[in-house]
Amino acid sequence: MSVDTSKVASSNGGNAATASKPTRLGALATWSDERLGLAAMGKKNLRKIFPDHWSFMLGEIALWSFVVLLLSGIFLTLWFKPSMSELSYQGPYAPLRGVEMSEAYSSALHLSFEVRGGLLMRQMHHWSAMLFISAMMIHLLRVFFTGAHRKPRELNWVIGSLLLLLGTLEGFTGYSLPDDLLSGTGVRAADGFMKSIPIVGTYISFFLFGGEFPGDSIIPRLYTIHVLLIPGLLLALIAAHMLLLVYHKHTQWPGPGRAENNVVGFPMLPVYAAKAGGFFFITFGVTALMGGLLSINAVWKYGPYDPTKVTAGSQPDWYMGWPDGALRIMPGWESHFWGSTWSWNIFLPVIVLPGLLFTVLLLLPFLESWITGDKREHHLLQRPRNAPTRTATMVALMTLYSMFWLAGGNDLIAIKLHSSINNITYALRALVFVAPVIAFYVTRRWCISLQRHDNETLLHGYETGIIMRSAEGAYSEKHLPIDEARAFAMTVRDRGPAGEDDELKANGKPTLRSRIRTLYYEDDVQKPTTEELEEAHAHAEHDAHAVATLEGHPADGHQFDGHRLTEDEPLRGDH
Amino acid sequence: MRFLNRSVGRLSRHRRRPFAGVVLLLVALALTGGLYAVFSPASSAQSDQTQAEKVAKGRALFLVSCSTCHGQNGEGLKAQDGKLLGPSLIGVGAAAVDFQVGTGRMPMAQPGAQVQKKRPTFEQDDIDALAAYVASLGAGPAVPEKNQYDPSTYSSDKAKEEAVTLGGQIFLTNCTACHNFTGEGGAMPRGGYAPKLLDTDPKYIYEAMLTGPQSMDTFSDGNISPQEKKAVIAYVESMKKQPGYGGFSLGGLGPVSEGLFAWVVGLGVLVGFAVWIAAHTTRSTKKKKGLEA
Amino acid sequence: MTEVHDGSHEIEAHTDALLPDPGLPEHHWRPTDVDPRAEKRAERQVATFFGLSAVFTVLFVVFYITLKTGVDGPTFLGWGASNLALGGTLGGALLFIGIGVIQWARKLMADVEMVELRHPASSSGEDRSMTVAALQAGLEESGIGRRPLIRNTLIGSVALLGVPAVVLLKDLGPTNKDVTAAADYPGAGLEHTVWRSQMRVVRDVIGTPIRPGDLEIGDLVNAEPEIIFGKDKGMPVAEDDVLEGAPLQVAKSKAATVLLRMDPDDIVSDVTRNWSVQGIVAYSKICTHVGCPISLNERTTHHLLCPCHQSTFDLADGGKVIFGPAGRHLPQLPLGVDDEGFLIALGDYPEPVGPSYWERNTHSLQDVYDNYTKTSGEETGQ
Repeated sequence: MSVDTSKVASSNGGNAATASKPTRLGALATWSDERLGLAAMGKKNLRKIFPDHWSFMLGEIALWSFVVLLLSGIFLTLWFKPSMSELSYQGPYAPLRGVEMSEAYSSALHLSFEVRGGLLMRQMHHWSAMLFISAMMIHLLRVFFTGAHRKPRELNWVIGSLLLLLGTLEGFTGYSLPDDLLSGTGVRAADGFMKSIPIVGTYISFFLFGGEFPGDSIIPRLYTIHVLLIPGLLLALIAAHMLLLVYHKHTQWPGPGRAENNVVGFPMLPVYAAKAGGFFFITFGVTALMGGLLSINAVWKYGPYDPTKVTAGSQPDWYMGWPDGALRIMPGWESHFWGSTWSWNIFLPVIVLPGLLFTVLLLLPFLESWITGDKREHHLLQRPRNAPTRTATMVALMTLYSMFWLAGGNDLIAIKLHSSINNITYALRALVFVAPVIAFYVTRRWCISLQRHDNETLLHGYETGIIMRSAEGAYSEKHLPIDEARAFAMTVRDRGPAGEDDELKANGKPTLRSRIRTLYYEDDVQKPTTEELEEAHAHAEHDAHAVATLEGHPADGHQFDGHRLTEDEPLRGDH
Repeated sequence: MRFLNRSVGRLSRHRRRPFAGVVLLLVALALTGGLYAVFSPASSAQSDQTQAEKVAKGRALFLVSCSTCHGQNGEGLKAQDGKLLGPSLIGVGAAAVDFQVGTGRMPMAQPGAQVQKKRPTFEQDDIDALAAYVASLGAGPAVPEKNQYDPSTYSSDKAKEEAVTLGGQIFLTNCTACHNFTGEGGAMPRGGYAPKLLDTDPKYIYEAMLTGPQSMDTFSDGNISPQEKKAVIAYVESMKKQPGYGGFSLGGLGPVSEGLFAWVVGLGVLVGFAVWIAAHTTRSTKKKKGLEA
Repeated sequence: MTEVHDGSHEIEAHTDALLPDPGLPEHHWRPTDVDPRAEKRAERQVATFFGLSAVFTVLFVVFYITLKTGVDGPTFLGWGASNLALGGTLGGALLFIGIGVIQWARKLMADVEMVELRHPASSSGEDRSMTVAALQAGLEESGIGRRPLIRNTLIGSVALLGVPAVVLLKDLGPTNKDVTAAADYPGAGLEHTVWRSQMRVVRDVIGTPIRPGDLEIGDLVNAEPEIIFGKDKGMPVAEDDVLEGAPLQVAKSKAATVLLRMDPDDIVSDVTRNWSVQGIVAYSKICTHVGCPISLNERTTHHLLCPCHQSTFDLADGGKVIFGPAGRHLPQLPLGVDDEGFLIALGDYPEPVGPSYWERNTHSLQDVYDNYTKTSGEETGQ
């Protein structure tokens, strides 16, 4: 594909750069370059091009939330005491005065009530944790739906998936730290999860808690994991994620002048630096507003953790909600043999299922390239409709996730909808199997219909909404050809299976892979051929001739379609 | 009359059910009772009623409004299929009547997973009369005095503060499992639920603990002493008055509503900003001077 | 943007060109590019945003100093004023900087789209062969391939270094050898709780003992063994049995119990009846699913529901699971009455309480009962 290089700008500036006297900035640059040799890197990267699209900024929300987490987290460590030694509360919050509690909980109360801005920081930290994980998830969805996980970006997909997993663990260890009734109940459930693991479960639990639950070690241990181990891993993986992004250069949507071998957009300095930097402040600001306006995790209301107490509505934070939901709708299967107990009712939904789904997530790009046989590099994005099976797969996974998530809130659904929690549970047991299948089928057919619609638009133009009456009295809707930029963007896609066909097996039957591939591409609507396009255009020209007299008249249909500037064309002409 | 119309409208949806006839009768009776209560000359405040007069009046009201399910003498009735229509009221005491009728749960409007709270059908005078009558059937807990349940009657602020602390611990041990740590309520099996406590009158909280309405456990005086009950109420009342230190409380439902807000408000606003950042600005038809663009 | 790279090494364009690429569209200028007044306006707008941010920062400091925080601080619309004001002003200060910077980029920074060429992710063939050659030369010079003795001993010794890493973690776990047997504090081990014969059942939090007559039918008591409250409530507890710190928490986490008085005629299971006193039954409060405390009881049905995952147990029928993910019945505590008329336990729970674990030797309720009556019969010589 050739690139129209006449339109390639080399600089945004109006004037050529002229040599001038060394400035202070220049002197600083020279000083550092003589020691660090940064110029070679800066030359390549300072004006690096990033394409502009709102959906490319979802990962940025996660990145900036992580920075907010680091900043607010450092503030919290200055007061929080990760200790489980018991004390009798003597602080200002009257309803708990004199109550025995751990030092961790007491310092969380101290942060909330006695440190100015402490409650704000606690709430910002918690809100940004939730935003961090939700932004990672929608970023993941965007990447997958647009095909940005394909070669050469599979490893970055793996890194991103690991970030999601670590972020979730970081969240769990974080909200367990205040040692309040709700989080303690969560830690206790986690103890039950560990004990369900066959053979080694009891040992894992005893090693983590330093003996029997609850012991007095779990909070300090979770604290080390939360402030040192996982953040370190997160930082390293985020750095790797960003480096690979810079190395691969960002993907872009197809369009005029945009090809597999270029990237069109704005330079890192100044435009992208300003937009990304500005977005950091906006993310930070929105988090601060949420921390100021919306109460989150009011630990003083839960009271200190006490292994004999519990509250209705004991739920984990949302990202842990789906395994919890799986646990809720699992039938109570438990087997006993040879003096041992096998807790399928816990082991399957919270240990096996998340492990399995996470493995599937990690493998998605590799599975896809194995099925399609596509080994080429891809830098142009696909519209979700143009990969119906892939899109449908992710929608099915999302549906599965949301069914489990709903199950995690079954008690609240029961109250809010005035229905029976038992019936909701029975319904969800069926829905986790049925709903993803329905979602897969519907999405796939929907995508295929949209592909068909695209072809219609390419061949016969778009519907103007203008009804014409012929001399004979017949009515028809006028179609107009779409503009060439849009037509071009719509035709930049593969025709048929991307890879070569597998050879047949020795017995002459198709291999498993080629059978899956056939299913994968089944019913896909291919873009039109050159002949079809020419024929349709000839037809359209004939039609256009018939109504040529309308050109420039409001009835030509261009007034509202935004396909060309119509500033000088009044709706009511002088006719 | 609006009440009447609404009830009939609601009923018609159940008309095909086998219960419908029974329910219709029940509600008709309840309404008659209500009308009786409104027009009965006895309800014009006569504070010098004797106990016997009260019981007699209560008996009259009972026969009209309650006896269809609870029996002519409050002994309880079973339907033909053996299902309990209304439990025996002998020994439930005045407190139970004051709670059930005072919160509008009785007379019951329609059978269901749980008896709904609604606007009371009777005036307080009539409730007292009904309570007096039911209390005369068999000994049971009496309606508490104001100083038993009202936390404003503590002798000093210090005493009240200590009561709030003790009450909080008792609340978290005995009440939060069903009613949630904020008193927002929670789900129970088969469509039942533990109701919200935050708009419940202290007297009714006390009576509920004392008598265990519907599916609720009883916390009789031998279980949780009257002073401890009052402490629990003091805690609940202090929770009602507690300001939202951290801002809007999101319905007090904990992590589920927090997650919802993170997605809808937090992420929604940020994605909105992202769309704005990447959106193209207005364009001009003019060309820049001195540039061949 | 001209990037130099070798021509043989390029990303292939792999779709058939159905239509010719029209090329980048003509650039349309923004009003701020062509109209100096619009430009000036935008400049002032951006500066105003930055100015507003500064105002909010000043307000933040003012509120930080003036507004008292915490329980007795001022409120605004029923919300804590300090948190609200600090969050609002900090949010404003940050947001206005962000909005200003982005407005600057959108309105005033050059916005002609630029093109950069891509390299394939792989290195060029030349680079690759040079790297392979360098690697081979290095390996060759080290002689690692020719000297398997050195190679193998090195691999072996480094792999062994993993052992100290694992061994060092050993003390993370309990120091006591046998985790399921009795250790150095009362009720240690997963198979035991602090309950023992003749120990009184007391009300949780309040710590007072209970007489059967205190309870009416339908009463539910969240209970604990007296050892939990021990001397605090003036109970006769031996010096060895005073629980503090972690052992106290461990004891509480296993010994928590719910007492329920029901109509004796409602009791379905014989085991339950035999372990009850005047219709009062005692069950472990720790769910057999993952260990949440449960006390959501329906008085009319004697069904106990767990708020965590909705397992439901029938307390009239040996704590049988009637709904939800739990796999086992709730352990029942055999109850009795002592000389002074207070409720006591007749022994520890006859089976381990709480969530299942692999080593648990699980039996049916009837087996548990038979086993219990056999051993307690031996002890008391009945």
